[in-house]
Parts: sequence; C-alpha cells; structure tokens
Amino acid sequence: MSEFHNPDGDLPRFRFRLGFTAVSVLIAFAILFGRFFWLQVLQHDFYRTRAEDNRIALIPIVPNRGVITDRNGVVLARNYSAFTLEITPSQTVDLETTIDSLAEVIDVQPKDRKRFKRLLDEAKNFESIPIRTRLTDAEVAKFAAQRYRFPGVEVKARLFRQYPLSHIASHAIGYIGRITDRDLKWIEESERQANYKGTDHVGKTGLEQHYEFELHGETGYEEVEIDAGGRAIRSLKRIPPVSGNNLQLTLDAKLQEITEKAFGDRKGALVAIEPSTGGILALVSNPTFDPNMFVDGITPENWRELNEHPSKPMINRAINGAYPPGSTFKPFMALAALEMGKRTPNQSISDPGYFNFGNHQFRDDKKGGHGSVDMYKSIVHSCDTYYYILANDMGIDNISKFMGSLGFGQRSGIDLGKDDSGESKGVLPSQEWKKQRFKKPEQQKWYAGETISIGIGQGYNAYTPIQLAQATAVVANNGVMFRPHLVRNIVDAKTGEKRLVEPEPIRDLHLKQQNVDVIRRAMVGVNKEGTGARAFAGAGYEAAGKTGTAQVFSLKGAEYKANSTKKELRDHALFIAYAPADNPKIALAVLVENGGFGAQSAAPIARMVLDYYLLGKLPAGAAVEDSSAIEADVEE
Amino acid sequence: MIDVVGTVKRWWLNLIKHIDFPLLLITLAIMAIGLATVHSATIDGNQRMMSQAGNMGVAMVIMWFVSRLAPQKLMNFAIPLYILGLILLIGVFLFGVKINGAKRWLPLGFTRIQPSEIMKIAMPLMLAWYFHKFEATLKLRHYFGAALLLFVPFALIAKQPDLGTALLVGAAGCYVIFLAGLPWKIIVGLVAAAGAAAPLLWGMMHDYQRKRIMTLIDPTTDPLGAGYHIIQSTIAIGSGGPVGKGYLNGTQTHLEFIPEKHTDFIFAVYSEEWGLMGNALLLFLYTLLIGRGMMIASAASTPFSRLLAGAITLGFFTYAFINMGMVSGILPVVGVPLPFMSYGGTALVTLFLGIGILMSIHTHRMLVKK
Repeated sequence: MSEFHNPDGDLPRFRFRLGFTAVSVLIAFAILFGRFFWLQVLQHDFYRTRAEDNRIALIPIVPNRGVITDRNGVVLARNYSAFTLEITPSQTVDLETTIDSLAEVIDVQPKDRKRFKRLLDEAKNFESIPIRTRLTDAEVAKFAAQRYRFPGVEVKARLFRQYPLSHIASHAIGYIGRITDRDLKWIEESERQANYKGTDHVGKTGLEQHYEFELHGETGYEEVEIDAGGRAIRSLKRIPPVSGNNLQLTLDAKLQEITEKAFGDRKGALVAIEPSTGGILALVSNPTFDPNMFVDGITPENWRELNEHPSKPMINRAINGAYPPGSTFKPFMALAALEMGKRTPNQSISDPGYFNFGNHQFRDDKKGGHGSVDMYKSIVHSCDTYYYILANDMGIDNISKFMGSLGFGQRSGIDLGKDDSGESKGVLPSQEWKKQRFKKPEQQKWYAGETISIGIGQGYNAYTPIQLAQATAVVANNGVMFRPHLVRNIVDAKTGEKRLVEPEPIRDLHLKQQNVDVIRRAMVGVNKEGTGARAFAGAGYEAAGKTGTAQVFSLKGAEYKANSTKKELRDHALFIAYAPADNPKIALAVLVENGGFGAQSAAPIARMVLDYYLLGKLPAGAAVEDSSAIEADVEE
Repeated sequence: MIDVVGTVKRWWLNLIKHIDFPLLLITLAIMAIGLATVHSATIDGNQRMMSQAGNMGVAMVIMWFVSRLAPQKLMNFAIPLYILGLILLIGVFLFGVKINGAKRWLPLGFTRIQPSEIMKIAMPLMLAWYFHKFEATLKLRHYFGAALLLFVPFALIAKQPDLGTALLVGAAGCYVIFLAGLPWKIIVGLVAAAGAAAPLLWGMMHDYQRKRIMTLIDPTTDPLGAGYHIIQSTIAIGSGGPVGKGYLNGTQTHLEFIPEKHTDFIFAVYSEEWGLMGNALLLFLYTLLIGRGMMIASAASTPFSRLLAGAITLGFFTYAFINMGMVSGILPVVGVPLPFMSYGGTALVTLFLGIGILMSIHTHRMLVKK
C-alpha cells in the first residue's frame, strides 16, 4: 500500500483478530455454561440419585484362612484374633509426631517403627498400616481413653496366622506374608483380584502358597451407609465371607518331629512316602526356620541371618537339593539290568578290587576286591566293581532311559510352592543332556569312561531326596508310580465335607515280579547281613534298605579318612529303605550332608522313622552317630 | 521538618506504580474462591490451604518484580529463555527420570525440575519477539520459521508424554502466530489438513491417550479405571444442582469419590458445593480476567507487547476452558490445572509470571509512546 511502513499499520488487523478470539472465548464459555446447565439443572435429579448411591460403601470382610492339620488332626497352621494399632497415614496431620506421641501412651519399639516404615513404603496412602501388633487388653484400654488425641489411628481386631509347632515341618507348610507387587500379579493373572479386596496376606512358600486359593476362602461384603465423614452409620446388607478350606495332610507331625530331632544340628533331608498312594508321611529339610517370624513381616536382620547363614535354612533340601545318590543307586542299576536283560541274578563277576578302562583304574572301596560277586552280593556288600562293569555294558543312554522312568532327573510334581519352579530337577546324565549342558564342542561329547562312575551313583548324577524316595517307593510298589503329595483331604470348614485328593498314578513301569523280588531280597539282605545290618539289628519287622556314601570332592587317589577330613568336605551319607518288605507301608530316603558313611549316620535315622511309624516306638535318645558302625561299613 | 506522610506516600506510590488494579482484584477474587475450595477439598486429610496461601504470596512477589521490568527488558529474555528451555527439554529426552510412566523431570542432583513449565512462558515470549523483529518485512516464510520454533518444543513435550502441557505450549504459540496475522487462507487449509490427518494422529498416540479419548466418549466402559475420574466428577457437578450443596457439604468431595480433588479436579469440588450459581460466578470472573487482558493487549504500544499480552491472556482462557471442560466431561482428561484455583506452587508461579508481564506491558505503555 505504502512505501513507508507504519508500525501501527498492523494494529487494526491485530485488534480485529483479538476481537475474533474474544468472540471465540465467549462462545467457548457459553458452551461450558450450557454443559453446566445440562448437568446441574436438566439432569440434576439423575445425578443427585447417583450421588446418593455413592453414599453406600462396600466394605470387604476377609474370610478366615483354612487351618492345616496333619493326618491325625494335629494343628500345624491356625488363626488367632488379636488387636493391632493401625495408622492411616493420609488421615494424620504429621506422621512422625503422631508416632512419637503414640509412643508415650503405648510401648512402641524401634523395630516396630522400622517395620512400619517398611510397610509404609510398600503401601498405598489410604491403607491403614499396623504400628503395633498383639496389643494387650490393658494397652487397648489405655489407647481407647486417649483416642481423641490421635486422628487417623485406630485399634483393629485382626486374624493372625500362627504355626503352633514352630520349626517343625516349616519347609512343608511354608508361611504367609504381606502381599507384594509380585503376589498381586499372580493374583491378577489368576483373575482373583476381586476376592482379595481387604486381604493383606498371601501364601509365600510351601503348602500355604500351593493351596493359596483353597485356603483363602471367599471374601464377604458389608454394604454400609456412610455419613459425611465417611464413617459407617448403618449396615444395609451383609454377605458373610466363606471361610477357606482346611487341609488335612498325609504328613504325620509326630513322625516329622521325631525325624527332625534325629537330625539334631546336622544338615540334611528325609522324605518318607506311602508307596501305595504317594502320600508324604514326613518331609524333612534340616535346618529349619520358624515360619511365625514371617507373619508380622520379618525384620531385615532376621531375614539376612536366615539367608546368609552358611547352613542355608531357607532352602528346602528335600526338593531343592541335588546330591549324587552314591551306592543307593545300585539297586536301581541292578533292576535296570534285569529288566533290560543285561544280567541274570546268578551271573557272577570276579572282583579283583578294581576295573580298568582305558588308562584309568576305577577302584573298589574294598582293597583286594570281593571275589566272586553275583547280583545279591553286589547289593548286600555294595560292590563297586560289579556296577562299573554293568554300567559299561549297559551304556549311558540305557541307564538314563530306565532311571528317567523311575522319576530321576524330573520334578516330582509335589504340591509345594506356586508352581513346580521351587523344585529342582537334578541331573540325569545322558548324551543329550551333555550336549545341552555344555557349550564347547569338545565338552559336549559323552566319553564312554564317564559312564563307569555313573553305575555307582557318582559322576554327573545328582538327584533330589524326593526323587530318591519316590524311586524307592516305585520299587516297593511293584513299579506303579504315584505323584507325591502332602494333602490327603481338602475339608470344607463349614460342613466338614471332605474332598479326598485322589492318589494320582503317574505311570506303571510294568516291572516283572521276579525281578522286583530279586531286588527286594537283596535289599532285605543289606539290613540282615550287609552294610545296614548294624543299624537294623533287632528290628521287629523286615526292612529293605541300601546304604550310600556320596563323595563331596574328588580324592585324587588319596585314601579317604572320615576323621581327618574337614567336616564340610566329608562325604554325604545316604540311606534308602522300605518296610515291611513284603507289604510296604513306608518308603524313604535319608540324606545327611557331610555325614560320612551312610550306615554310620543316615541308617540310624531311617531305623528310628520306621520304628516309630510301624511299631509306634519312640526313640530312646537322639540318633547319634554310631562311630562303631564304621568298621562294619568299610565294605561300602 | 521532614514530610513523613509525603515520603511514605511517595514510597507507596512507587511500590504500586506498576500494579494494574483491575487485574489484581480479579485474580484475588478467583484466588479467594480457590483457597476456600482447597480448604474444603483437603479438610479431611492433610490441610493444604495455608500452604497454598504461601504459594500465592511467593507467586505474587514474583509478579511484582516482573511487573517492574519494562517490556524492552523482557524482550532480552526471549532468546536465552527459549534456548534454555529447549536445552533442558532435550536433557529430559536424554536423561530424564520416569515417574508414573512419563519422562517429565530433569534431575539436577539436589532437586529436579520440569522444563516443560518454562516453555509455557518462553514460547509466547520467543514468538512475540520473532514477529516483532520481522514485523516490517513479514513474509510467508517467516510463518514457517515460527511454526518450526513452535513445533520442536511441542514435539519434545508431547513425546514425554505430557499431552496437557504440550497442548498449552502449542496453544500459546499458535495464538501468537494467529494474532501476528497468519493469512486466513492458510488457517482454513491447516484446519482442513488437520481434519484429514486426525486418523494418522490416532495411530501415533500412546495407548493411554487413546484410552482417555475412548473413555471420554463413553466413560462407563471403564468405570473403575480411566472412566472413574470423569464419572465421579460429573456426578459431583450434576448433583450440585442450581445452588449447590453448601460449603463443606459436598458428599462426593468428602466421601473421597473425587480423585485429585485439590489439584486438577478442584472444579468438581467447587461446583458440587456452589452449584450452577457458583459456576456462573467463576465463569464471569474468568471472562473479566480475559477481558482485562485483551484490553491490555489492545492498548499495548509495540507489536512485541501486544502479541505477548494477547497470547498470555488467551493462555489463561485455554487453561480454564480445558480444565472445566475435562472435569465436566466434554474434553479428555489431560492434566491441566484450573488457573488460580488448583493447588500447586509451580503452576501459580507460571500464572503470576503471566500476570506480571501483562501489568508490565500495561504500566509501561505510556513511557514507550513518549
């Protein structure tokens, strides 16, 4: 328009545009006003009703958790009611001051504060968090008198889990603890989050975790009218909770207690199974822990101590520890040989005390050898050379195939933990296994020489005590394998109606009766005239057994001396047994870590278990190490 | 004798020299309502009213300082502030800390800052300076330059993701460009293009953003999740009725049905207790605030100050409209506070920076004219 630019020349345009936005603003506000008019005048009745409905709150009522009892009704886990002092952080003016002044009224220990802090970090703001648990009646009264001073603090009656037998069977029972994010994910994946409103504890390990959804029960609801302060003023409707189911176990608490005592401060595991059902009679992992520590939330000090203790009390050795089976492997090797036609019972070898393979000499424990050895003698006197030769004749893949059918190298599927991830598979060596296990090609190849020591339960062999017990039970039960389980009945808490956990046959190995009989005769011989004879002297029943000693470290040609070797490096002692031999009611496997010879420390524990279970005989004293058994055991 | 009265009077006049009283009175009125509502919203828990009053005090001191800076001085801040904001946003992109799934904070060791907040002021400042500089020779390509200045921070903030702030920063920039005279042909073209690109944008959105839009269309699809906020705040507003339930008597508020009730959803609290009557008053006050701001923009003496004043004023409108729109269920929930009402110190400081700038522009206009 003009050459000379006037800074104000654009002003009219600016003002026009500003006017345009002003009109837009008015239109937008008119739309908002229209919306408000619609909601607050035209739809007011509808929304007023909705707001009224909002005055009704649903308060979840947490069900009683199911009780766990042993096969005879001895209570292993129960609930008790106690008062807790709880703080809702969002309703307090200042949390620290509240706790400080609270401490003047009621005893609040530094550990209570610590636990509160930890729970506070995990919790949402509107949840109430316990500062003190298990208030005495006097404390409740004292607080009630001064309640007005503490907004956001209240006394609540809550149910607590209690494990009356403390340390006993804790690895089987497991424990409960406060729900964490990970637990929440599990609950959500199981689509049960609605049922967990109001619940703050969940099974963390063992039966408590495996049967969580049986034990928990169904959450009830109370519909209450709440006043303007959010307090319940009137109950409108109450849907009572349904208590969780009780669990009746196959486990015998007394047997469990005797066994745990027998271990004393020795590390190890014992699994006793009823062969005809797979029901677990005792499941010991020593040392144990007190599950009661976890209920209120374990202190970090205790947690650290449990986890860093060299004896690892939190590990369930019965299902999670993998050990070489040693000579307890031999009866299964013999059975494999019979079933596969690699040996007849009477076929004898001549044992010079060693077996040469390539450049390597595999030595027998007995210097000079056992002379002429048939199958019976090979088991009774635990002859190594017999099994070196047998393993070499059978080959690794035949051994692996048969042992796999007995359950070795597989998870037993016992009803512990959330899924079977808590259970160890162990190692069932085979050519395929080695290929998977190692990365370098030269390590992936299976060497025939490696098969030899597999025959005596050494080498790559590593199995869990429950696998060993299960295999023993399969032999005792003529080849029919049941899934091991701890729960016999799931009991409805209200009606008392029992739901039997049916024994679940996994497979039938179709063993030939005459072959099973050969093994049985030999295992009975072990306890009559062989390596277990001393431990089973004078038993009032016929027990089949086998001792075992598993090397913890390689001796490299040096001679093993039990007393001169450091305790941690001493061999593991093992024993498997079932009894009565002609009609087995119980099959078991014992492992004593660094226990030395099987006959010396594992067999006496087995004897004690069988004595109690079959005869009701209580042990006179603890099953101390029988050091005089060493001489009787040198043949092993 | 020393003229005590005269000295005090001079001192006082100097103190309030750059205060625009209409603007101050309107914001004080809105803040009074805000304080009362914060009190009602937090009476059952941690009381926040005093703390909010403190925030207001601090923010108003900042306003006072800013109002004394002449617009020419403000102009000097445009480039450094914009570049600082941009660097910090890139810092967030590279080293930001994630809180609640969004990367908005930049850790500085002793504290952490949210750089997108700086952009709310830096963006209109920068663009106002830009158009001021090219005012005489404005060509189409300058609009492209402005669009680029706008787009980079916008994209960085949207990427965090912080849709609410991105929207506010983007809007502030767009207002400057519009007021600077972007040709209508281009505006119409852009609107048409945006309509066509909407499906494309949908594909670029985060899942939670899509979910918000879906629940806006039908909140009942997710009554316990994303729709809960909208359902409960709509009930609060609707049940308030024409005259409200009375101060401190809102059941939705005091029975904890309204989420974030002292921050983003404070309008639901106010609306439940004061009803349509209260809403009308609040809309009226916001209209006065915006009207005063527009008067200041209109009377401003330089292109820089009028563009800045216009953009800041329209920024207030955007805050208020988006917030009340989302709480009453006609706009998606994007996390925008209600100006001068919502609890929170950072937002108040930003708002009063804006008020201070408006006051500065208005009270310095005569000096420039001379």
